[in-house]
Amino acid sequence: MSLKRIDLLICCGSGCVSAGALKIKDRFHEVLAEKGISTEINIIETGCMGPCDYGPVMVIYPEGIFYKHVTPEDVEEIVSEHFIKGRPVQRLMLQDEDKVISVQKEVPFYQKQVKVALANCGYIDPESLDEYIATGGYEALGTVLTELDPQKAIDVVKQSGLRGRGGGGFPTHIKWQLVHDVQADQKYIICNGDEGDPGAFMDRSLLEGDPHRILEGMMLAAFSIGASKGFFYIRAEYPLAIKRIKQAIEQAKEAGLMGDKIFGSDFCFDAEVRTGAGAFVCGEEMALIQSLQGERGNPTPKPPYPATKGLWGKPTVVNNVETLANLPTIFLKGADWFASMGTATSKGTKVFALTGDIKNTGLVEVPMGITLRELIFEVGGGMTGGHKFKAVQLGGPSGGCLTQEHLDVPVDYESLKERGAMMGSGGVIVMNDQKCMVNVAKFFTEFCVDESCGKCPPCRIGLKHMHGILERITSGQGKEGDIEELQRLGETICKLSLCGLGQSAPNPVLSTIRYFRDEYEAHIRDRACQTKVCPDLLHFNIDKSRCIGCSLCARKCPVNCISGSREEKYTIAQIDCIKCGNCQDVCPVKAIDRVPGLHEDVVKHTEEALQKLGREEE
Amino acid sequence: MKTLADLKKIREKAQEDMKLRGGNVRIKIVVGMGTSGIAMGAREVMKTFLEEISNRNLTDVLVTQTGEKGLSSMEPVVDLIEEGKAKVTYGNMNPDKVKKVVVEHIVNGRVVSDYVVATGD
Ligand SMILES: Cc1cc2nc3c(=O)[nH]c(=O)nc-3n(C[C@H](O)[C@H](O)[C@H](O)COP(=O)(O)O)c2cc1C
Ligand code: SF4
Ligand code: SF4
Ligand code: FES
Repeated sequence: MSLKRIDLLICCGSGCVSAGALKIKDRFHEVLAEKGISTEINIIETGCMGPCDYGPVMVIYPEGIFYKHVTPEDVEEIVSEHFIKGRPVQRLMLQDEDKVISVQKEVPFYQKQVKVALANCGYIDPESLDEYIATGGYEALGTVLTELDPQKAIDVVKQSGLRGRGGGGFPTHIKWQLVHDVQADQKYIICNGDEGDPGAFMDRSLLEGDPHRILEGMMLAAFSIGASKGFFYIRAEYPLAIKRIKQAIEQAKEAGLMGDKIFGSDFCFDAEVRTGAGAFVCGEEMALIQSLQGERGNPTPKPPYPATKGLWGKPTVVNNVETLANLPTIFLKGADWFASMGTATSKGTKVFALTGDIKNTGLVEVPMGITLRELIFEVGGGMTGGHKFKAVQLGGPSGGCLTQEHLDVPVDYESLKERGAMMGSGGVIVMNDQKCMVNVAKFFTEFCVDESCGKCPPCRIGLKHMHGILERITSGQGKEGDIEELQRLGETICKLSLCGLGQSAPNPVLSTIRYFRDEYEAHIRDRACQTKVCPDLLHFNIDKSRCIGCSLCARKCPVNCISGSREEKYTIAQIDCIKCGNCQDVCPVKAIDRVPGLHEDVVKHTEEALQKLGREEE
Repeated sequence: MKTLADLKKIREKAQEDMKLRGGNVRIKIVVGMGTSGIAMGAREVMKTFLEEISNRNLTDVLVTQTGEKGLSSMEPVVDLIEEGKAKVTYGNMNPDKVKKVVVEHIVNGRVVSDYVVATGD
């Protein structure tokens, strides 16, 4: 191999690929060949580098120069200016308050992050076993297999304080110990890569960006519990993750890192990939086991727990991708090192998928115990478009919403739970003051209604009923007592459902009632949506002082309810308006406003109609 | 792979292949690639460095480039930066001189004073 002088790392995570990263990579190959310098430059496709919002992003070593929003048209300039003349292209660098940031480690987004699970993601070539080994890969496995016995390995994990990253936060060592202690001819380890939460992509990024780490983590778990066989359960929508894990398994086998008598010990291990159909409930461990066995992915009552009767009736540990990803580093750097990060009950770091109305959306890893304020305003860069922060939804579709008053709450399992939210798998959706919380609750409830497996009535029927009430409230048909009914239903569903889906699905509703009750009340009593989101609880109004009488709105109104003239200006016949918003979109001088609440004409008309109806009935 | 020692061997080799990403390098060679440097043959100089270094399997050396260095009368200009030592700048370089610098300075640790145009930071 000839000597390279530049490592060009192109992020090929899902965000950057959808922004065109692969085209850019192809263009680099072309331009480098044209200029005759292909042999000097190493092009590496990495997993997600984190700041997906800036995608496509790339990092160029040895200097570590960070470019964002690169397009195929920029490639020629990067090659001739940066690669040939040694002059990095400033306009592709990040600007922070008039300062140009050239190198990756100075990008503010990374400042508060501590990367353990994500250490190699976006830094190594995920398809190269050697690059993983270069970062210390498989050393933990070799050391554990030759120097520890399973019980000692479990003790290390116990001392580290690692808890499951898949949602529940169950201490990893307890689950392991149970399976370790059971006598059985066969035990299994399963890696849960189902990741059904909308908007979440941390497990996918880990599988795509550093597959060998997950495989090594799985083998460390397998050795500790006495399993000789592992399964990766990954949803079919993640083809690249599936491909990378399969490739990693092949590479590990070929290199003698998997198979019989690994590192000369008595430990033998083999792993396989199974794809899931992509139903949210299949991420639940009992449903997942059913699905792996080729049956319908329905949850089953617990006990028996998988620790005693899991896959094909054998003792089984199900661990989340990120949980496994932490293991190699815990064994390499020590339990105390890991336990020194985080809070009293929540150790280490957590990966979050930050989304919503913030500047830096993407994949981040921060120490547990960081405050929501730091996470949203420092790592996330604060709100976009000059809007104010309103709420943050944590823990996936069945997580809870927290508000302004919780910004200084430390992010750990207990603190979040106490306040009605949860860690979940790490989806964080930040919302600005333009969001209607009743609508938000309705959205998540709808997701859970669709994803309920239907096995138990509280979840199947109860959630549907809750959704119906929310539907009424947001369309202006709310009644006194609706809020109490939602609470009663929610609490019942939580108590009576069989699996975690039903047990937590009412959370978005319960937490928004807890913190945004006034919004529910305004929807019900005043028939007004202050955020002007719910179309049935607002009206459009033309401000005559701004209207220039151009008649555009009248021409675009699908129901012809706008009339007027150039002199008189235009008005809306409110009773006929269907609130499509066309008029507002076309008005050239922005004279049309959305106004919370129903228009007085409509209220009057409705009352009269009701009275008339009453008289007729008499 | 049977033992941790085998793994370590692979790791050391792989770390060398990844040295551009912040690994241990003993010497950094920085070739000035300003417009005048390129006109005077800086690319040839860089290419020769790359060839010589890979032919000799020198794994702890890194070649990189920089823009105009403001020494246009002495182009092509090359800096050799060695951990814990003063920077050495060679001027008026050509492929033959590069070969000599690689053998003398990089392999044997003797500065080729005839080509030096500046030292220090
Ligand atoms: C409806 C539902 C969906 C779930 N989805 C996932 C998932 O996508 N990935 C995951 O790791 N755990 C998921 N879980 C949690 C798993 O049941 C299980 O607790 C977890 O995989 C255990 O791994 P851990 O201890 O390493 O966190 C889900 C749970 C429920 C109730
Ligand atoms: S709680 Fe819902 S998803 Fe879970 S088993 Fe019951 S019906 Fe199915
Ligand atoms: S919102 Fe639609 S229906 Fe109502 S006035 Fe405007 S254009 Fe007409
Ligand atoms: S996908 Fe490129 S930064 Fe996330």
